[in-house]
Amino acid sequence: MTGVAPANAPAVGTVRTPGVTTAESPLLEVTDISAFYGRVHALKPTSLHIGRGELVTVLGPNGAGKSTLLRAITRLTPASGRIAFEGRDVSGLPTHRLAELGVIMVQEGRGLFGQMSVRENLILGAYTRPGGDMDKQLGRVFELFPRLKERIDQISASLSGGEQQMLAIGRALMAEPKLLMLDEPSLGLAPRVASEILATLGELNRQGLGILLVEQKAPLALKLAKRVYVLSLGQIAAELPASEIRSHHDLARYYLH
Amino acid sequence: MTSPAITSTRASWRDHAGSWLPVLATLALLGVGLSSSGYIVTVLGFAAIYGVFSTGLNFFMGYTGQASFGQNAFAALGGYGSAILTAGHGMEPVLALLIATTVSVAIAFAVGYPTLRLRGHYLAMATFALGLITYEITIEWTSLTQGYMGYSGIPPIGLFGYELVTEKQMLVVLVAFALLGVWISNRLRRSRFGRALAAIAGSEPAAAALGVNVAGYKLVAFVIAAAYGSVAGSLFAHFVGFISPEVFGTSMVVLSFTMLYLGGIGTTWGPLVGAVIVSLLPEALRGLKELQDVAYCVILVAILIFAPRGLAGFAPAIKQFFNRGAAAKAE
Repeated sequence: MTGVAPANAPAVGTVRTPGVTTAESPLLEVTDISAFYGRVHALKPTSLHIGRGELVTVLGPNGAGKSTLLRAITRLTPASGRIAFEGRDVSGLPTHRLAELGVIMVQEGRGLFGQMSVRENLILGAYTRPGGDMDKQLGRVFELFPRLKERIDQISASLSGGEQQMLAIGRALMAEPKLLMLDEPSLGLAPRVASEILATLGELNRQGLGILLVEQKAPLALKLAKRVYVLSLGQIAAELPASEIRSHHDLARYYLH
Repeated sequence: MTSPAITSTRASWRDHAGSWLPVLATLALLGVGLSSSGYIVTVLGFAAIYGVFSTGLNFFMGYTGQASFGQNAFAALGGYGSAILTAGHGMEPVLALLIATTVSVAIAFAVGYPTLRLRGHYLAMATFALGLITYEITIEWTSLTQGYMGYSGIPPIGLFGYELVTEKQMLVVLVAFALLGVWISNRLRRSRFGRALAAIAGSEPAAAALGVNVAGYKLVAFVIAAAYGSVAGSLFAHFVGFISPEVFGTSMVVLSFTMLYLGGIGTTWGPLVGAVIVSLLPEALRGLKELQDVAYCVILVAILIFAPRGLAGFAPAIKQFFNRGAAAKAE
């Protein structure tokens, strides 16, 4: 673990996912990943892991390097360091190969194909599963987000913010991911809609999907996650069980040092 | 659960109205050409050749959303390849066309691999340089290309010693090539490959995050465009019987862009529609004499104002019209 917690912060705990044996490799293990934007060291050597079926949250203030961390893991941003997925070293693989393995990211801003319909976006989501049962997959997505079915032929740019986020997550699910990474899914959404979407993520996690959730809205994210990484100034300031963060004051210590 | 209709592709003849109407229109134009004088045949022949070129360019610029200002380089490779192999070495035109296209594809791979790492304006400039370099080579390498003098004595297209001696015979072949080009374009666009290109055009990071090999598909789209460009260049050489560096100069880029945007960039039929309009419009306005160019420009601007997605952008409205008619009948 990189980064040192402030002296007045709660003790950094090393938490392993319940049910994950030491013999079983984690779903994702990132070791000393580091990224630059020009000369700016946006992500200092950072390590983290996600167990199989675990939901882990990365919290941090604006500019802490949260999005860079996800982009570095998926190789959308060039980065050094080691990445292992299901025990296999995937450090040299490009973004699309990671997606084929089941590492799917929902980007900040959703990354929808704005001029395509909901249906076209969803079908593209299943790009890495060409032989799959498309109708069955669509059915699963519509069970989670019935509103998408009502909007199926609508151009995605014309959807509301909440619907767009549903579509972004639904499209990612079409790929049948093993690890779903989300970059601030509640950004710009009304509190009720954000809660709905995060509750759906909780449901997906209960069904066994590994999730790495990057969020600024700590109270919502902490309800879902068992384990939290706090990112500050481009490095991990703490790794601790979500239950240890009971108030904003606990979190503020990491944000404000 | 959803009904199977969600992804069903079964469609009635009305759903294909957008496809068969342009085919009928093209065949009608061919009919007009075959019953007209030589000059109209020549103009329609050029339209078909540019239709092939623009349909290819549409793979890269329309479907994939990239910029290339240098696809004329591959038309030059095709044109000069066919000219040198047939007029210079007595090779069968079809075999020469295939060899020239293969060489163009190989060069497109070699050039595209490093160039396509660039994006936006940088990619546009790099491809523009490719066109300029090819242009300079066709001028300076006189022992191979005969420089400004151009290459003459290129035989008409033919196979096994049988040559298409009349322009009208050639026109039939050119229209067949154009329709084949559009058919391939349509098939590929609706395939998994086509969906990948559309995703790249929408957002490269999002496409990559969904598993699309962005660099690989961009390269393939560039190479397909090069192959179409090369075939168009070869067809031009055989149709006219003479080529010079100017034929494949920067004006070719400007013309093909006009065709793409006027017809409908990113649509299947748009490039061919644009090629026909841009080729025929000056002829239709010839009676206006000195005002011809002014009228031509006004019409082009008016089309782009009232049909910003190009003329093929009207296809959904036409389809809707047919569907509405069918619904009214059913009632």
